[in-house]
Amino acid sequence: MVFDKQNYVPGTHPDLPPPPGTVGIVGWVKNNLFSSLSNSILTILSLYLLYLLIQGGLSWFVVDAVVNANDKPSCRKIGDGACWAVIVKRFDQFIYGFYPLAERWRIDTSFLLLLIAAAPLLYPDIKFRKYMLIFSCLYPFIAFILIKGGVFNLLMIETNLFGGAMLTVIIGVTSIACSLPLGILLALGRQSRLKLVKLLSVCFIEFMRGVPLITLLFVASTMLNYFLPPGTNFNLLIRVIIMMTFFSAAYIAEVIRGGIQAIPKGQYEAADAIGLTYWQTTRFITLPQALKISIPGIVNTFIGLYKDTTLVVIIGLLDPLGIGRAALADTKWNGLSTETYLFVAVIFFISCFAMSRYSLWLEKKLSTDHN
Amino acid sequence: MSFDLLKIWRNEKSREIIVQIIVLIIFGWFISWLAGNVSGNFEKLGKDLSFEFLFIPAGYDINQYLISYNNRDSHLRAAVVGLLNTGLVAFFGIIIATIFGLFLGVLRLSKNWLANKIAYWYVEFTRNVPILLHILLWHGIIINTLPHPKQAIDILDVSYLTNRGFYIPKPIAEAGIELFYLFTIIAIIFAILFNKFSKKRQENTGKQLPVFWINLIVIILLPCIALILNNFPISFSIPELKGFNFRGGLHLSPELIALTFALAIYTAAFIAEIVRAGILAIHKGQREAAESIGLKPDKVMNLVILPQARRVIIPPLTSQYLNLTKNSSLAIAIGYMDLVATLGGISLNQTGREMETMVLVLLIYLCISLSISSLMNWYNYRVKLVDR
Repeated sequence: MVFDKQNYVPGTHPDLPPPPGTVGIVGWVKNNLFSSLSNSILTILSLYLLYLLIQGGLSWFVVDAVVNANDKPSCRKIGDGACWAVIVKRFDQFIYGFYPLAERWRIDTSFLLLLIAAAPLLYPDIKFRKYMLIFSCLYPFIAFILIKGGVFNLLMIETNLFGGAMLTVIIGVTSIACSLPLGILLALGRQSRLKLVKLLSVCFIEFMRGVPLITLLFVASTMLNYFLPPGTNFNLLIRVIIMMTFFSAAYIAEVIRGGIQAIPKGQYEAADAIGLTYWQTTRFITLPQALKISIPGIVNTFIGLYKDTTLVVIIGLLDPLGIGRAALADTKWNGLSTETYLFVAVIFFISCFAMSRYSLWLEKKLSTDHN
Repeated sequence: MSFDLLKIWRNEKSREIIVQIIVLIIFGWFISWLAGNVSGNFEKLGKDLSFEFLFIPAGYDINQYLISYNNRDSHLRAAVVGLLNTGLVAFFGIIIATIFGLFLGVLRLSKNWLANKIAYWYVEFTRNVPILLHILLWHGIIINTLPHPKQAIDILDVSYLTNRGFYIPKPIAEAGIELFYLFTIIAIIFAILFNKFSKKRQENTGKQLPVFWINLIVIILLPCIALILNNFPISFSIPELKGFNFRGGLHLSPELIALTFALAIYTAAFIAEIVRAGILAIHKGQREAAESIGLKPDKVMNLVILPQARRVIIPPLTSQYLNLTKNSSLAIAIGYMDLVATLGGISLNQTGREMETMVLVLLIYLCISLSISSLMNWYNYRVKLVDR
């Protein structure tokens, strides 16, 4: 059979396969890695970099690494890679701090309950959302009683025993939960027609955003007591949470203000036209739309806050980083800073990366664009 | 009477005034409550509010200073030394972060799948780890894994990397250097004027000059001529191993390097995303239109994409610079003597004046932030699209 284009009636030519080298793996490699000379050089450089990383990384992290040893010298005798023994020996502390061993089920339970309480807030489509939201509202009280104790035959635990990842979660979740309502109020205040309210909100927001968090934490640890009635002296953890709340409230206020400003003017005009009051407009028109737009921004603020909880180590609280530094101060593990800090870095990376993926997913889901 | 009150409340204008008066009363009461507490506490502790401590000798040493300092100088001078150290880290951090961030941003936009993915994972890993960890990690790597000065890593026999910091040659100006400074200034002024001139010429005639290359040559060549004319009035102090440590040269402490480097690579990850988002924000029709009128790829970038992307990129970029400056306050974790570590750290502990020192630290940071953000607002106002 002779394939000659003249033999076909116009329009009846069968589809030919695409030319070899433009589809499949070969085509993909050609298009994405070696499409031009500069591209090929870049690919080879990248491959070389990867080779160096994998070769060096594998031997240090895995092949020559030591997992089981009692101190650094015995670690070094077994292999010259990473000495993960410092992590293995103190793993419990990295999670629970110095929380008493017999009471750790309380932390586990409150963490599991946190997942249940957070589910209806994070996944709008979940079943029985209404009933679960009631539980979410009750959760802070349940968690407080569980973790702190003192009632229902639960042993009272001093907050200076709190530490590790648990402390990070406590500070992060409490601060963000408290800063949301405050942030909404500040955002509304900044958009307010009342000059004085606006001025106060702007001052608060700009002050909090203008100074580094570490100075605010110093304020909390050194001079907050001056502003309270003489004789009051309350817990450092609570002081830290208050400062973190103020700090993130300022950032959340700016995120929400962005959401409020994105609402078309027609919405307010329509609300005015049907005679809604300011608070009705805010409750039924402004906030539902503004909050929806700003959720990804709020999640990003939360990621920032969650990362910033590491700063508490500077004023003496023992979050995972603080536990790591305590381990390094021990003469047995002196000098293993790379292993310790990398481990803490990986903990933070996993949780922050998961949160940022969630934020992206939510952004896509909430988007009402048509493209 | 009650009818009148209701009427006042129902009038929007008067209601606004009433609400504001109530807010003012509550706020005033709150402030006076705070002030009362402060004065009560001060009285109880036998303290007073005074800034005289700033002028008494500080009594502590600072291992790195840009202006002369010793422990007999006042707390005020110590604070200024700290502020300058903050500025030093911020300055170099911003430069490195910008260059590295632009490079990463370009890689993130590259069509090369592998380079793109490497940049992506680098950015994700860096920005999802707290900055404090970056700083401690790099500081730990320098002081724990680099060799002692005796076995220092030798770079071309003039620079040495050790666990006590890096030692690099230090340029020393000699007589006749003034001409070099003068020529450098002339070259910069020439570059600015030439830039303006060629812009005007292009607007009038449509002809373009290779401005960038000409300026580059002038800026390099003129100072070199000055050096040759005065027979190289620069000498270098080279670090040398004497006893257990290096003498001479310029010593960069591990703290300075770790802090600058960590701040730079952390901020670079954010800058990369800002650059990428800025360039992607330009509608693809702009690029297509530019290509269809026959502009070459570099012209498309320089004349069409970048001027528009700049408007999107600059505001978040400035706030990243501000973040870098604020994050430099974490220096205290590794003992780098910045503003927080001097005034808010040792001075605070030595004088016991928490209130005064912290207020000063907060005010200084606030001034830096507010002045940079007002500068940014001015820039935004200048470059914003004019609706016609």
